[in-house]
Amino acid sequence: MNDLILDIKNISKSFPRVTANNKVTFGIKRNSVHAILGENGAGKSTFVKILYGLLEPDEGSIDYNNKPFEINSPAEARKNGIGMVFQHFSLFESLSVRENLILGIDKTMSYSNLEKKLENISSQYNLPLDLDAPITSLSAGEKQRVEIVRILLQDPQILIMDEPTSVLTPQEVESLFITLNALVKEGRTILYITHKLEEVISICDTVTIMRNGEVIDTSSTSNFTAKTLATKMLGQKLDDLKTNYDHIRDETNFEVNNISCEFNDPFLTDLKNISFKVRVGEIYGIAGVAGNGQSELMDLLTGENTNISSGEIIFNKNKIQNFGPQKRRDLSISFVPENRLGHSAVPELSLSENILLSQFPKNNFLKNGIILKNNIDNYANNVIKDFNVVTPGNDAKASSLSGGNLQKYVIGREISSNPKLLIISHPTWGIDAGAEHAIRESLIDLAQNGTSIIVISQDLDELLEITHKISVIYNGKLSNAFNTNEVQIEKLGLLMGGKNE
Amino acid sequence: MNSFLPMIISRSQSSNIMNFFVPIIAILLTLITGSIIFLLLGFDPFYALYTFFISPISTSYGVSELLVKATPLALIAIGLAFCFKNNIYNIGAEGQLTMGAIFGGGIGILFHDTNAFWLLPLMIFAGALGGALWGLIPALLKTKFNTNEILTSLMLVYIALFILDFLVVGPWKDPNGFSFPKSRAFSDSGRMPLLFDGLRVHFGLIITLFLIFVSWFVFSKTMFGFQLKVSGFSPKAARYAGFNQTTLIFLAFGICGAFAGIAGLSEVSGPIGLLYRDISPNYGFTAIIVAFLGRLHPVGIIFASLIIALTYLGAEDAQLFLQIPSAVGFIFQGLVLFYLLGAELLINYKLTFKKT
Repeated sequence: MNDLILDIKNISKSFPRVTANNKVTFGIKRNSVHAILGENGAGKSTFVKILYGLLEPDEGSIDYNNKPFEINSPAEARKNGIGMVFQHFSLFESLSVRENLILGIDKTMSYSNLEKKLENISSQYNLPLDLDAPITSLSAGEKQRVEIVRILLQDPQILIMDEPTSVLTPQEVESLFITLNALVKEGRTILYITHKLEEVISICDTVTIMRNGEVIDTSSTSNFTAKTLATKMLGQKLDDLKTNYDHIRDETNFEVNNISCEFNDPFLTDLKNISFKVRVGEIYGIAGVAGNGQSELMDLLTGENTNISSGEIIFNKNKIQNFGPQKRRDLSISFVPENRLGHSAVPELSLSENILLSQFPKNNFLKNGIILKNNIDNYANNVIKDFNVVTPGNDAKASSLSGGNLQKYVIGREISSNPKLLIISHPTWGIDAGAEHAIRESLIDLAQNGTSIIVISQDLDELLEITHKISVIYNGKLSNAFNTNEVQIEKLGLLMGGKNE
Repeated sequence: MNSFLPMIISRSQSSNIMNFFVPIIAILLTLITGSIIFLLLGFDPFYALYTFFISPISTSYGVSELLVKATPLALIAIGLAFCFKNNIYNIGAEGQLTMGAIFGGGIGILFHDTNAFWLLPLMIFAGALGGALWGLIPALLKTKFNTNEILTSLMLVYIALFILDFLVVGPWKDPNGFSFPKSRAFSDSGRMPLLFDGLRVHFGLIITLFLIFVSWFVFSKTMFGFQLKVSGFSPKAARYAGFNQTTLIFLAFGICGAFAGIAGLSEVSGPIGLLYRDISPNYGFTAIIVAFLGRLHPVGIIFASLIIALTYLGAEDAQLFLQIPSAVGFIFQGLVLFYLLGAELLINYKLTFKKT
């Protein structure tokens, strides 16, 4: 007998062109928070999919409660007390929160029963939900809340969480940690998949570090600092990023003037009198808690929605508020929306074909409407090379890339055209530390070379690290901008909570 | 208690070889099932299958008939591919075909005593125009009022058929036709030239092959084809890219309608030679099956149109020589579809039986 709830022995799994897991071996102590830390493509996701019954391992075995255990399907895993919160949400977009919760339950349960249970969970773990809202109207943060509640309804012994904080605001992260602590106190075990070093140190008891499909080390987190963890995970030292104001020219090239937008939709946030200015070479950050108008604002900035009530958007003296996305690209403005799969990239298409989604006047991808295959292939190859995208080649489907690699590819596609203005939403959500670092560095380099950048993000640390100016959006209103190197974190926290004094 | 539940599980990797063999396996299984059905009906299965699938195309006349039937199916199916790739469910090709026949045929009737080189091209153009205009109605309704194109395009089929009916019993009735519901015959220069003496296969085949080639080029080489594909896969990505969804809907419907209209005109100016009530044995609907059987790919659509055309001919022969009801042809269409879709599922998924 030992105190391991899960004992993983020699799990291997190969895919046609890659070995995702190679003899993965470690134990998870009962009643603990166990982290699996690794870069993108390190094999974390494959491993948890095996554990959750979504994939079958090629070899190896798992002991669960000291008994050999074979999991063939997620339903079986759930029945045996293993629950999972996915990184990419597995919710039915067109159904309501209530319907999604009902569908996730294996046993039958009446609506009234569900609501009672839900009230308990909501209050106990501080996870408020609007049961009648359709999923499609929720922000990423709110969707994840639904996912977590759905799993908690099943009363799991082991809770697998795949990058749970990547879409949460600082406040939400804090309450999640309280939730996790409460769960562990009740005798449950948490398997915490992450790439955020601070989180490993602050809430996990044990950490397993993976790299290239292999376990590098399993050890108590007290043996590590953030720096030593990062070194082990990446196998190399990270440079510290520094913000530099010297290159910014005192010349405004993008200006939003009193934009208001009413939607008449309870699930969308109306935008009220939004104004801000961005100078040449400046990185302008917009912070805020999920669902305060970020996606609505992003649609106005990209031109996907040109239906504004009042106000104007000015870029290099052109009034562009009525321009669609392509007309804005013609002025050398480029965009990266929050969602990779199905918005900034089409998963079913190859990397080369995905290049064509975003075309700039000097790209030379078309001649009389005919696609110049060589030119897009070359462009794709350069993006793959310059941004270290891990892929078998430009003919690979976008869906075959891991989140971090696809994000590097999409951002690389936009940056390679040398835009004068880049508008980017949540540049690093759900991706590993290595890719995160590379993306932040490339944004900083781009600004140094005279591109203005607007970053909308819920990751406050990210904004503090890379932006020159920062403002907060709350309930459709944008605060004044502060110089990032002078602003007090408490001030931002208050603004994010709706307190403006 | 032990119970074995069948479960369908996704394969992590689909086999490329099987992808290639799927249509072949599906057809083999269709033949085997067909034999069993014939055996149960009391026919020698080999003779029956021979009558059904070989004898119809064992003569040059038979091959020509196969091509006559396959031509409109392939042309309409490739047009439908423009819509289906964009996730627009235009199922009103039969109406667009009818309107093409009315517009093009109308020109033919107007110039029934004229013999000139420009007549046929004008009729083809009018046929394309008629089909396209009929196709643009559901496009307009969809983009302006957000109506469901499945319903509107289908309802317009019946309106087109009634208009044709009205014309051939009313204003366009042949004055020397003894009150039969048919129009005057077109003049010789208003007819599709025959490709071979004594065979009914006509110039429409060349038009079809040309338009299939053009469509292949558009789908695989042009930005327009790319835009159709992207907005079919992901409307959000299409919006991000700045593609104009409204324009795409109009173009897809317009092109599909024009192709169906040309198919309709080819029928009336090819084998038929005049307008009457039943110009099409539901080519416009059967082409939907052809389009999906050919997986919306130009080459696939060519093969699919030949297979479906063969089931039409085989059913006629079987009725003639074996007194098997011609509905057996539909059984074969159903079997092919059943096995093809089943095999396609099993490429991507596998069936397992598990103890619970």
